[in-house]
Amino acid sequence: MADASAKQVLFEPIFSNNPIALQILGICSALAVTTSMNVTLVMCMAVISVTAFSNLAVSLVRTQIPGSIRIIVQMTIIASLVIVVDQVLKAFAYEISKQLSVFVGLIITNCIVMGRAEGFAMKNGPWLSFLDGVGNGMGYSVLLIFVAFFRELLGAGSLFGVSLMPVVNEGGWYVPNGLLLLPPSAFFIIGLAIWGLRTWKPEQVEEPDYKMSRHTAKEAF
Amino acid sequence: MAKAKETVSRTLIVALVLSIVFSVVVSTAAVSLRPAQIKNQNLDIKTNILSAAGLLPQGASAAEIEELFEQFEVRLVDLNTGEYVEPSVVNVQDPMKYDMYKAASDPEMSTDIPSSEDKAGIKRRPDIAKVYTMSENGEVTRVVLPIHGYGLWSTLYGFISLEGDLNTIEGLGFYAHAETPGLGGEVDNPRWKQQWVGKEVYDGERADPQIRLVKGGVSADAADREHKVDALSGATLTSRGVQQLVNYWMSERGFAPYLQKLREGEV
Repeated sequence: MADASAKQVLFEPIFSNNPIALQILGICSALAVTTSMNVTLVMCMAVISVTAFSNLAVSLVRTQIPGSIRIIVQMTIIASLVIVVDQVLKAFAYEISKQLSVFVGLIITNCIVMGRAEGFAMKNGPWLSFLDGVGNGMGYSVLLIFVAFFRELLGAGSLFGVSLMPVVNEGGWYVPNGLLLLPPSAFFIIGLAIWGLRTWKPEQVEEPDYKMSRHTAKEAF
Repeated sequence: MAKAKETVSRTLIVALVLSIVFSVVVSTAAVSLRPAQIKNQNLDIKTNILSAAGLLPQGASAAEIEELFEQFEVRLVDLNTGEYVEPSVVNVQDPMKYDMYKAASDPEMSTDIPSSEDKAGIKRRPDIAKVYTMSENGEVTRVVLPIHGYGLWSTLYGFISLEGDLNTIEGLGFYAHAETPGLGGEVDNPRWKQQWVGKEVYDGERADPQIRLVKGGVSADAADREHKVDALSGATLTSRGVQQLVNYWMSERGFAPYLQKLREGEV
């Protein structure tokens, strides 16, 4: 990866190496914060800034970090950044920070952040690491926005809180699909997205773990 | 790479420097953003109170909310006696700063509710509650009371606003809950909340609150229709929770002693 170009580092995670669809990281928050577009966008910005700046910070001090405590050092950096982001949200986007509640704090445990710090920033320079953070954050965001689009549109008949299909409860015609407002629906949408992505880019399909052998036994009829 | 960075002293130095740097970063952020956060929290509570009272215009700005809220007087009430108490009783200067939900977990400032009486499912009740009154020429024209209780998944926190007769509901709203979106979460639906307007809590001389959430809607000629509200479809347990918590807080164990005194002009 040492000779990867900036452009590759930035755009690769979006479709070719998507953290959610291919690396299957960060699924937890993808289920929890995707009921409305507003909340999702704020969450995405929070994650992008944390991945970008934690990668940058880890990369800057990577030659100084003793191997024995490198994980805890990364955790400290990530946790501090998450607290800062949480404080900023509470001060400037209070309504949305209330809806995000614990999930901002849980960015700390989002595997994408830690995974990129350990897997990329420890081995690459600050600028590339920063771009890698932005790229992975965007890869996460693209999928989240995709999920949130369908969940809000079909679950609540609106986008960004603006009603597009007036729901029956408010005197309209659209009977909302309540399932889409519940977390399991995000699994279905992510599953479909992964299917779509792998049909488009077949190289992402993993080798099957085993192959079924031919059916040889003779049946009795 | 260099072996030098793996020594014990080096490890300790890196850990120490890093801890210091990041504690400075975190505390700077926390301290410098604190005033803005407190302002947001207060504004949020004021917005909820105004919206329960039906006084909140669409898209009101922060300044407008502050101005509208000025009409309210914030008072502390002893729930056992139904009388106003000074803020100093709960060690605050400004009654707005008193947090009754925090007080509910302090054994000194709250009472255990026996499980047979605990209809709202809240286990402990603070002794002192915070109420918001609006008056004209010395006469109370509106009272907003905090209410909370258990629904299906979560405790619902909200406000109920009563008209000057201290019986007719002017509005009700919940600002914090985690009920199922689309089912119990419909407690936030403006059309559902609209139904509460004009309902009556008490029936004549009887002190028991009479609110009922019923299935199938409330027709114009139903008996006791002034106490009945259409339950939320698909949310039997949330509806039951709302009925229980409203009745709990309007009962003798909630705000009834205070409302009684207020009605008789004793406080």
